[in-house]
Amino acid sequence: MTTDTVISCKNVWKIFGADPAGYLANMPEGHSFDAIRADGYIAGVKDVSIEVSRGEMLVIMGLSGSGKSTLVRCFSRLHDITGGTIEVEGQDIMSLSEKELIELRRNKMGMVFQSFGLLPHRTVLDNVAFPLEMRGQDKHTRRARALEVVKLVGLEGREDYFPRELSGGQQQRVGIARSLAIEPDIWFLDEPFSALDPLIRREMQDEFLRLQDMLGKTIVFITHDFDEALRLADRIAIMKDGAVEQCDTPDQIVLNPATEYVRKFTEDIDKARVVHASVLANKDVTGTGDPVDGKASVQDLARLLVQDTREIIPVEANGKLIGAMKRNDALEVLLGTS
Amino acid sequence: MADITTQMNTTKQMQAGFSRSQVSLAFVAIAVVLTIAQYAGLLPAALFRLPESMIPPFAIWLDAIFTFVKDDLGLLAVTRWLTGGLQWLLDVTANLLFGKRRWPNIGPIPWTSIAAVAGVIGYYLGGWRMALLGAGVFTWTALIGQWKIAMETMSVLVVAAPLAFVIGLTLGILAWKKPWLDRALKPILSVLQTLPFFTYLLPAVIFFKVGPTAGAVATTIYAIPPMILMTTLGLQKVSPEVVEAGNMSGCTKWQLLRHVYIPSARTEILVGVNQVIMLCLAMVVLTAFIGMPGLGAKLLAMMGSFKLGRSFEIGVTIVLLAVMLDRMSKAWVVKQPEHFEKGTPWWKKHAMLLLGIVLFVLFILVSKVIPEAQTLGRTQNFSQGKEIDNLIKGFLNIDIVKSTTGFLRAFLNVQILIPFRNFLLSIPTPAFILLITAFSLWLGGQRQAVLAAVFFSLVALSGWWDRSVITLYSVISAVALASLIGLPIAIAAARSPKWSERVLLICDTAQTFPSFVYLIPAIMLFGITDIAVIFSILIFAMVPLVRYTIEGLRGVPSEMTEAADMAGATRLQKLRSVQLPLALPVMAIGFNQAIMFAFFMVIIAAFIGTQDLGQELQRTLAGTDMGKNFVLGLCVSLMALTFDMTLLKWANDRKKALGLES
Repeated sequence: MTTDTVISCKNVWKIFGADPAGYLANMPEGHSFDAIRADGYIAGVKDVSIEVSRGEMLVIMGLSGSGKSTLVRCFSRLHDITGGTIEVEGQDIMSLSEKELIELRRNKMGMVFQSFGLLPHRTVLDNVAFPLEMRGQDKHTRRARALEVVKLVGLEGREDYFPRELSGGQQQRVGIARSLAIEPDIWFLDEPFSALDPLIRREMQDEFLRLQDMLGKTIVFITHDFDEALRLADRIAIMKDGAVEQCDTPDQIVLNPATEYVRKFTEDIDKARVVHASVLANKDVTGTGDPVDGKASVQDLARLLVQDTREIIPVEANGKLIGAMKRNDALEVLLGTS
Repeated sequence: MADITTQMNTTKQMQAGFSRSQVSLAFVAIAVVLTIAQYAGLLPAALFRLPESMIPPFAIWLDAIFTFVKDDLGLLAVTRWLTGGLQWLLDVTANLLFGKRRWPNIGPIPWTSIAAVAGVIGYYLGGWRMALLGAGVFTWTALIGQWKIAMETMSVLVVAAPLAFVIGLTLGILAWKKPWLDRALKPILSVLQTLPFFTYLLPAVIFFKVGPTAGAVATTIYAIPPMILMTTLGLQKVSPEVVEAGNMSGCTKWQLLRHVYIPSARTEILVGVNQVIMLCLAMVVLTAFIGMPGLGAKLLAMMGSFKLGRSFEIGVTIVLLAVMLDRMSKAWVVKQPEHFEKGTPWWKKHAMLLLGIVLFVLFILVSKVIPEAQTLGRTQNFSQGKEIDNLIKGFLNIDIVKSTTGFLRAFLNVQILIPFRNFLLSIPTPAFILLITAFSLWLGGQRQAVLAAVFFSLVALSGWWDRSVITLYSVISAVALASLIGLPIAIAAARSPKWSERVLLICDTAQTFPSFVYLIPAIMLFGITDIAVIFSILIFAMVPLVRYTIEGLRGVPSEMTEAADMAGATRLQKLRSVQLPLALPVMAIGFNQAIMFAFFMVIIAAFIGTQDLGQELQRTLAGTDMGKNFVLGLCVSLMALTFDMTLLKWANDRKKALGLES
C-alpha cells in the first residue's frame, strides 16, 4: 500500500495448547479452526498477514473469541507467536532479546486496556507516571510529563485520586493518559470503550478522535462494535475464528463484502452514513454543474440527491475534480436497495 | 489444603463394571462379617489386631534418621547457631516489653504508652470503636494484673509473626514462580496443617533449646502454611490486564513483581497476615506445654490447680487480645488509601503517626512521675479471681445446674459414649480399615479410597491402633453431637438475615479464640472427665459447622427459593427439597473443618487426661523421644487427611454437578 509500513505481519499463527510449535509444524495444509480444536488446540490467530502504515488507524473488529485481542498482543509480543513473522519498524520482534523488547515497549509502544488495567494502589498521577518511572526517569521530569498528559485527557484536578474514586470513563482516561505518557509512536487500544455505558462511550470516541487529530499516531484499535469501527477507522479488518475475513476501507466493506460472514455483519448498517461520494465517483466519467465534496457521505448529500435532476454529478476532493458519480448509484445506497 | 484431590480427574467407573456404591457396600458387608466373627469368637487373634511382632519399629528408625540428621549432618549445630540470632531478637523484645535484663536495657515500656499507641493505631485503622478496643484491651490487661505474663506472650508473638510473614511470603512467591516447587509444597503443607501441634513442639525443643526460642520457632513454623497459600492465591488472581499494562510499561521482571504483582495482591497477602497473627497467638499460648512462660503457662497452672476464677480472667485476656488483633488486622485488609486535597501541610498528612509518637513519649514522661503509669504492683490490680471462683462454684452448685451436668455425665457417658467407644474398639482392624475405605470410595472416589486404605493401614502398622481409635472416637462423637446441636441452630438462624448476621458474628469472633481457652468452660462445667473432653471439642467444632451451614443456606440463589415459593412449597418442603440440597456442598466444607478442628482439639484435651494419642504425645514432650513423637503425630495427621480429602472431593464434585462455581 504505502511505502512507510510500521507493522508488517506475514502468515502469523498463534496456537494455544500443549506443544503448539510441534503441532503447527506437522499440521496439514488448510486445516480449519474446528479441525484444530478437535485436535485439542486453539488457533488464536490463524495465518494472518496484515500491514499497518504510519499514521493510519486500523480497526480490528470481530466477535468475542475471534482472536482480535490475541492478534494485537502478538504485535506487542505480549504473546509469543507460533509461526510467521512480525516486523515493527522493520525489526523482527521475535528476534529481540528481553532487554531490547523492554526498550521497545518503553519508548515506542502504548496500550490501553478494556478493563483499564490501572494499579489500584497508585494515584492517578502515579499511574500515569508509571511507565516513565519504569524507564528510570527522575521524579521531577516524570511528574511534569504526567501532569501534562493528565491535562490532555481532561483530568486536571484529580491527580491525587485513586482509581476506585473515579468513574469508569475517568478511569479509562487515566489508562489513555498512561499509554501516552512515553509519547509512543504506535498506540494499541484493546476495546477501550467497551466497558463504558453508551453515552460515555460516544463522548470518549469524540475525545479520542480529537486526540488523534492532534497526535497523529499509528493506531491499532480493537472493537466488537461495528458502529464504533465505522466511526473511527481508516481501514477495518474483520476477524473470525482467528483469521482475517476482509481488510479494507469502511466504504468497501459495506459496498463489497468479501465473504458471507462480512455481508451479514454489514446487513443492518445504514450504508448511507458510511459510503462517501469519493468512493462512488468514477474518474472516467464527467458530469455537469456544481461538484459535491468527495468527503461527504451519501447521507450528507441526501437532500441534494433527491432534489437534483442530473443523472451524473461531478465529485471533487480538496477542490479538484476526481470524477463523477451516477445519481442512481447514490440513491440506491441511500434507499438501501443495493 | 487438599487441592491435590481436586486436581484429580473425575472418577472413572470401576473397571469391573460395578458402581462405586456397590463396591462400598461389599466392603461394608465384609467388615460386618468380620466383626460378627470376632463377637462369635471365630476370628483368629492376628486378624483382630496386628500382632506386636509384626509392627515395624518405626520410632527407632525415625530416631536413627533424626540422630543422623541432627549430629552427623550437623543440623543441630546450624540450628543452635540460628538460635543465637533469634535469642538476641527475643531478648530485645523481652527487654522492651517486660524489662528482662538484657540489651538494650531500656525497658519495660510503660503500659500506658503501649495502650495509647494501640489506641492511635486502632483509630487510624477503624475509627473510634477500634481505638477504644485497642486501648481498652491493654488497659484491662494491666488493671487485671496480667501485664507481665501478657507481655511475655507478646514478646514472642512480635518476633514470630513477622518471621512467619517474611518466610511465608518468600516461599509463596517462589511457589507461584516455580510450578515444581508448588507441586512439592502442596502435600507438605496439607500434612503440616493436620499435624498436631505437639509434633511441632518437640523438634523445636530439641533443635532450639527450651524456652522462648523453641516457642518462637514452633510458633513461626505453625503459622507459615496459610501465608504461603494466600500469597500464591493472591498472585495468581492478579488480573491479566494489569500484568499486561505492567509489561507494556516496560517493566523488568523484578519491577513487575515489586510494583505490579505484590501491590495488586495486597488484599490476599493481608488476609494471610491476619491468619499468621491469629495462628501465632493460638500457638504461642500452647507453647506453655514446653515451658514457655506467659499467658498460656499461667492458664495451664491455674486450670491444673482448679482455680477457675483466675483461669477465667486469663481466658478473657487471651480472648480480648485475639479479638483486638483479629479486628485490627482485618480493618487493615479493607483499609484503602485516601487522597489528600492539594496543599495539605505535611503534618496533617502524617497526623496519626505524629499523634502516636507524641502520646508514646508523653506517657513515658508521665510514668517517670507517676509510677502507676509504668507498672501496676501486685496489690494494685483489680483481679477478682477469688470472687469469680466462688461465683462459678456457687453456680455449679445450684441444684438444677448440678443435676443437669451430673445427668449428662452419667447418662451421656455411661449410656452412649462408653458403649460407643467399646464398640469401636471391638471392631477388628481389617474391618475398620474396610469401613473407612468404603466411606472414602462412596463419597470421594477410587483415588481417595486407595489413599484411605493406605493411610489407615499405616496407622495400624504404627502399633498405636487402640489409641488412634480412641482419638477417632472422640472426634466422631464430638462432631456428631456438634451437628445435633449446631445444625438446628444454623437452620433456624438462616431463616432471617438479621439472625444470620448475629450468629455469623458470634462464629467469626469465636473462631479467633485460641483453642486453648475452649478448655476453660469445659473444665468449669464438667471437671476433669471424659465429658469435658467431648464438650470442649464440641464447642470448638460447632463454630465452623454453624457458620458454613448458614452461609450455605443463605447462598442459595433467591430465584430458586422464589421458584419453590411460587410452586407452593411449605417452609419444610422448601428446606428439604431446595435449600438443603443446594447448600450441602458448602455445608460439607463446614463439616470437614469441624472434623479438622476436632482432631486439633482432641490433642489439646490431653491436658484434661485422655487415653488417646494426645496423651502419649504430651508424654513425649518430657523426653527427647522424637521418633515416637513423630509416629504419633503422623497417626493423627493421616486420619485427619483421610477425612479432609474425601469430604473436599465430595464437596467439589457436588458443586460441579449442581453447576455452582467450584
